[in-house]
Amino acid sequence: MSLLEVRDVSLRFGGVTALDRVSFSVERGEVFAIVGPNGAGKSTLFNLISRFCEPAQGEVRFEGESILGRPASGIAALGIARTFQNIELFEHSTVLENLLVGRHVRRRADIVSQIVFTPAVRREEIAHRAAVERVIDFLDLQPYREQRIAGLPYGVRKMVEVGRALSIEPKLILLDEPASGLSPEETTDMRFRIDDIRKRMGATVLMVEHDMGLVTAVSDRVLVLADGQVVTAGTPDEVRTHPKVIEAWLGADAGEAA
Amino acid sequence: MRVQLKTSYHHDIRLFPDARRALRFAGLVALAIALPFGLDDFLIGEATNVLIWAIAGMGLMVLTGHAGQPSLGHAAFLAAGCYVNAILMERFGLPFLASFTLAGIVTGLAGVLIAIPALRLHGIYLAIATLALSVLTEDIIVLAEPWTGGVVGLVAPTITIAGVEVDRYGSPDRFYWLCLAVALLVTLGYRNVLRASLGRAFVAVRDSEVSAQAMGVNLARTKAAAFGLSCMVTGWAGALMGHFFFTFNHEVFTIVISIQLLLMIVIGGLGSIQGAWYGAIVVGIVPQAINVARDWVTGAFGGGGLAIPGIEAGIFGLILVFFILFEPLGIHGRIMKWRVWFDLFPLCRRDMFRRQKSYLRTERMR
Ligand SMILES: Nc1ncnc2c1ncn2[C@@H]1O[C@H](COP(=O)(O)OP(=O)(O)OP(=O)(O)O)[C@@H](O)[C@H]1O
Ligand SMILES: [Mg+2]
Repeated sequence: MSLLEVRDVSLRFGGVTALDRVSFSVERGEVFAIVGPNGAGKSTLFNLISRFCEPAQGEVRFEGESILGRPASGIAALGIARTFQNIELFEHSTVLENLLVGRHVRRRADIVSQIVFTPAVRREEIAHRAAVERVIDFLDLQPYREQRIAGLPYGVRKMVEVGRALSIEPKLILLDEPASGLSPEETTDMRFRIDDIRKRMGATVLMVEHDMGLVTAVSDRVLVLADGQVVTAGTPDEVRTHPKVIEAWLGADAGEAA
Repeated sequence: MRVQLKTSYHHDIRLFPDARRALRFAGLVALAIALPFGLDDFLIGEATNVLIWAIAGMGLMVLTGHAGQPSLGHAAFLAAGCYVNAILMERFGLPFLASFTLAGIVTGLAGVLIAIPALRLHGIYLAIATLALSVLTEDIIVLAEPWTGGVVGLVAPTITIAGVEVDRYGSPDRFYWLCLAVALLVTLGYRNVLRASLGRAFVAVRDSEVSAQAMGVNLARTKAAAFGLSCMVTGWAGALMGHFFFTFNHEVFTIVISIQLLLMIVIGGLGSIQGAWYGAIVVGIVPQAINVARDWVTGAFGGGGLAIPGIEAGIFGLILVFFILFEPLGIHGRIMKWRVWFDLFPLCRRDMFRRQKSYLRTERMR
């Protein structure tokens, strides 16, 4: 059984068909990349899995069960975490506080005991902090832990967002363009992090990325999306040499020339 | 320059970050407890007024400052707490501690009910919807005359706690201590919520609803909890206000009170417990300062009693405009900046507090 299974999904925004009968599945433990030109529907696909959008048809299954009946806030508890293309952090909070929000799905204390701050709540808070501290260590965020997001450089924010998603201790992590806007050094750094997320954190990675170098380096399989339709899927090398991909990427002329 | 070294996770969740601040707080509490010994009855009353405003301010602060939901309807919840408490004492003969507790709980539940239709409203629309609540309050109080006494109003019964009479006029010092105890307990509970997951969920909903949801925060439940806690605390402030005013009717809890409450937390500094306290102090002091100034003007230039209608509201408005233009983070923000300046001395730079450019955030998924 695949970890994530997207079957025959279509989604329209008014007249625009953002996704047109898209099907694919992600296996446990792999890094699965989605590539495609701007407006292909990649982010829409993520929003669909996060339940921010409703598909017109089709089915999305996680660990064999449909997730379409769940609200957006019920997805994290299943073990699906995500980042956003345009960084959506809690601006006025510190890095530590942002990561702690990732622990929300693991909370157990009710409101009254939180108001009283019972010993049980204290123990729980300590456990959350220990878990978050592991993520901070993992991503080398120590220098920023007490700093507010509003003053941080772009590259650090990107990493904090990955950290916040990892604090959920997800089975599947969705990364929407993790390397966009990063310098070449930061991109290389991100590449090793993604490798580590799979190897050391044991999470499956589903990512959208434009940087083909990064995609080739880290992913096991690649899905090519254009105009809401699946063009092809396969290993990075298979995909790169696929005639339709060359056509879509470099234009029809280049396709003929190649 | 001062550096804080953290050696265990307990450091982050302690009530006070360091011993110095704990000591300062203890000193403030001691001073507050001793206050009635040094003041005359009138000034004790004024100090009590500040305490009650601080409680109400914390009530609104948790909703607006932390959960990001503006409300212009909180006078309605003050009224609810005030009337429920008085009615439970008078009609049902409940002792004060029971009626007081219930007044908060009933008002909190009312807040949760109000939250349900308000969940789909954002920002200015929510403010307008809650404004309607403020407008309705007056009429509801008049219509519910058999219970509320209508335009005639009610008289707050005398409080008895464990055989000791606590009367606003007879024993203003005891009433002051009662309000102080409530204010401190609310402050403690508030601080506890902020250092637990609920407080983080509030801030998450305030700063980004989209990612709050992606982190598993249920918007409806979190907002309902914010409304519930906020209104509970506001209800308690209302109950104490009833005793403070001694008599009250439909004209007490007007929309002006709602506006003043919102203004107070903005001046004090949105998003901090201290902000509610600073705001309450300003709200308590300004009318007195105006009185003093007025007496001085009359004394200096002669003439009969100088009365400019609306001067109080005008001055509050000016203060608010001043803060929004020059110190959007309120009094608390200003104090924090001074503190950072001293802590880092001599390493601070002029541009340290310049507003950072914030990056584009996705508007598509709103
Ligand atoms: N909320 C929305 N309302 C209307 N149209 C939308 C909405 N979100 C996306 N679209 C449209 O759906 C299509 C797919 O958008 P999507 O954001 O998924 O593209 P993408 O593949 O992520 O592109 P990019 O590489 O630029 O991020 C686009 O045509 C876009 O304009
Ligand atoms: Mg996108």
